[in-house]
Amino acid sequence: MSLLEVRNLDVRFAVRGGDLTALRGISFSLDKGERLGLVGESGAGKSVAAFSILNLIARPGYIAGGQILFEGRDLAAMSERELRKIRGNRIAMIFQDPMMTLNPVLTIGTQMVEAIKAHRRISTKGARDIALEKLRKVQIPSPEKRLDQYPHELSGGMRQRVIIAIALLLDPEIIIADEPTTALDVTIQAEIMALLLELCEQENVALMLITHDLGVVSQVTQRMLVMYSGRIIEQGPTREIINDAQHPYTQGLINALPQMGEPGERLFQIPGSMPSLKNVPTGCPFHPRCKFATDQCKRTMPEYVRSGNVDVACYEVSNLIEQEKRMQEVGS
Amino acid sequence: MTSPSSTLVDIRGLEKKFDLSGSLLEQISFKGGRFQRKQEAVHAINGVDLQVQKGEALCVVGESGCGKSTVARTVMGLLSPSAGEIHYDGQRIDNLDGKEVLPYRRKMQMIFQNPYASLNPRMTIQQTLEEPIRFHQPNAKDIEVRDKVHEVMHSVGIDPDWGSRFGHEFSGGQRQRIAIARALAVDPEFIVADEPISALDVSIQAQVLNLLMDAQESRNLTYLFITHDLAVVEHFGTRVAVMYLGRVCELADTRTLFSTPRHPYTQALLSAIPKLADDRPSHIRLQGEVPTPVQLPSGCVFHGRCPYANERCRQEIPQLIATDGGTRVACHAVEEGRL
Repeated sequence: MSLLEVRNLDVRFAVRGGDLTALRGISFSLDKGERLGLVGESGAGKSVAAFSILNLIARPGYIAGGQILFEGRDLAAMSERELRKIRGNRIAMIFQDPMMTLNPVLTIGTQMVEAIKAHRRISTKGARDIALEKLRKVQIPSPEKRLDQYPHELSGGMRQRVIIAIALLLDPEIIIADEPTTALDVTIQAEIMALLLELCEQENVALMLITHDLGVVSQVTQRMLVMYSGRIIEQGPTREIINDAQHPYTQGLINALPQMGEPGERLFQIPGSMPSLKNVPTGCPFHPRCKFATDQCKRTMPEYVRSGNVDVACYEVSNLIEQEKRMQEVGS
Repeated sequence: MTSPSSTLVDIRGLEKKFDLSGSLLEQISFKGGRFQRKQEAVHAINGVDLQVQKGEALCVVGESGCGKSTVARTVMGLLSPSAGEIHYDGQRIDNLDGKEVLPYRRKMQMIFQNPYASLNPRMTIQQTLEEPIRFHQPNAKDIEVRDKVHEVMHSVGIDPDWGSRFGHEFSGGQRQRIAIARALAVDPEFIVADEPISALDVSIQAQVLNLLMDAQESRNLTYLFITHDLAVVEHFGTRVAVMYLGRVCELADTRTLFSTPRHPYTQALLSAIPKLADDRPSHIRLQGEVPTPVQLPSGCVFHGRCPYANERCRQEIPQLIATDGGTRVACHAVEEGRL
């Protein structure tokens, strides 16, 4: 059994004039100690997916269907009381902006002790010791001093290290990191990503990494999901997808990166932009931007087909696989 | 294309300080039985020399706080330099008054980072695009202005029929196209682009970069391109200047810089780009973090984080010196052949 298994998750937002479907039929799993990347552009539903795992979707959003099984128990059906025992404790979350996550009027130490005491019966002294140990783990210089400092006294990179230390406080099974390095500079980003990777390996923590940066996904994760317009359109081993993406959108996303083009030449570009949730096209949501789109793509959403170890939702890919099969039959 | 040797914009010994200490009364404090006057300033740029050649795209890269945006704004005249000169096509422009600078304003245009903030929300796109034309060519006939707006909208891939819409009705990528159209509307020669694609999604970034490259070719533009994204630089730039704490530490042709980076900071910066081919992070680890630009380190500004720093680096400020490959590097270790 997987540590986390999401089955057919639908998340909707109730707005005037009907519901907007933010996630449609999302299914994936995460094993113990596994690192999974969630990739997509803004509006694809990556963050909604991350938030809904902890059932943190606030009104007007709601989980309209599906299951989120964590160690076999459905988080989508759990009471707020039970959820609180899991959030931050068994599943921790790291957000994009460290300044928004930390309370500006409390010292780092107070915030860390508070988090531990919320879940464990422990003395303040004991909690401080745990906090100190975790700050050491994230390689913060002079951690004793940091405990009594306020967030504004730390640099952006240090703050994000503190956030990682807080996520690790209660030795969680899963860390969900939502664009943890987007607000940071390149060299600091590299440091933080390497640190997160090392810690997850050392402690055997599963990581769900949400990012738009395919380079980071390639460096850190073992498997990845590509999201588009609230759906998972491709998922499988990271290396296999990066080296040989199947879905036309994933291919476009990879080829549009400046590092893929010849210097000075035009970059490959996907025409248009992601549809808004208010008017998601019928059929495959990518069809208006896809050069392989047929009438079938416009009418119905493609089912997943398997190519190698990768699951892809695309008629073009499934047709190619069919063709190959027929060729082999003819050949034999 | 003009000959590569002609300089369009010449930045000489540029310095910019931002005062932090406020008024005289705020500067004075009473300590240990006597009054003290304390003045503090952010040293955003400390002596930058750059020449932008006609027809090239000179990229300035660096991390936040290195002064790259301040360079852009000072060149455009949005900030006045604390010291140093800016010359445009042989004419000094940083000391001109409002009226004298107008003809240069038309030739130099700017594209900003955030297309959500740079378009006036109360103006239609038509008005936004007409304004600079009417300002710089007050005698232009209505029909000429309309034709020009039509032409620039068409060239950036925005349907001219959308002119009556407002900025908020467009997506981020479309807004940045409109901001580019506004810059192109007065037929500039020189465009300063301050992080023009960093607020956009990956697939949209490619569209806007292609648009900027097409415009450069068809309109003979010269770019000063400010960015933190080295992958974009490798693709887009003719030459690259790497900045650190208000100084240029390396200046080279794009290809040379990416194949043989010389300055230790450039090497670390390049190694920090996450590459698709990597299975694990493989960056050069630097010690510590960027120091505050309020109290600059003595000597080389990078010495505190540099693995090759020695006593000379802690004391003497390195100058940009040309090396065999044509790269100009400000590093004692490179100069002495230690690196």
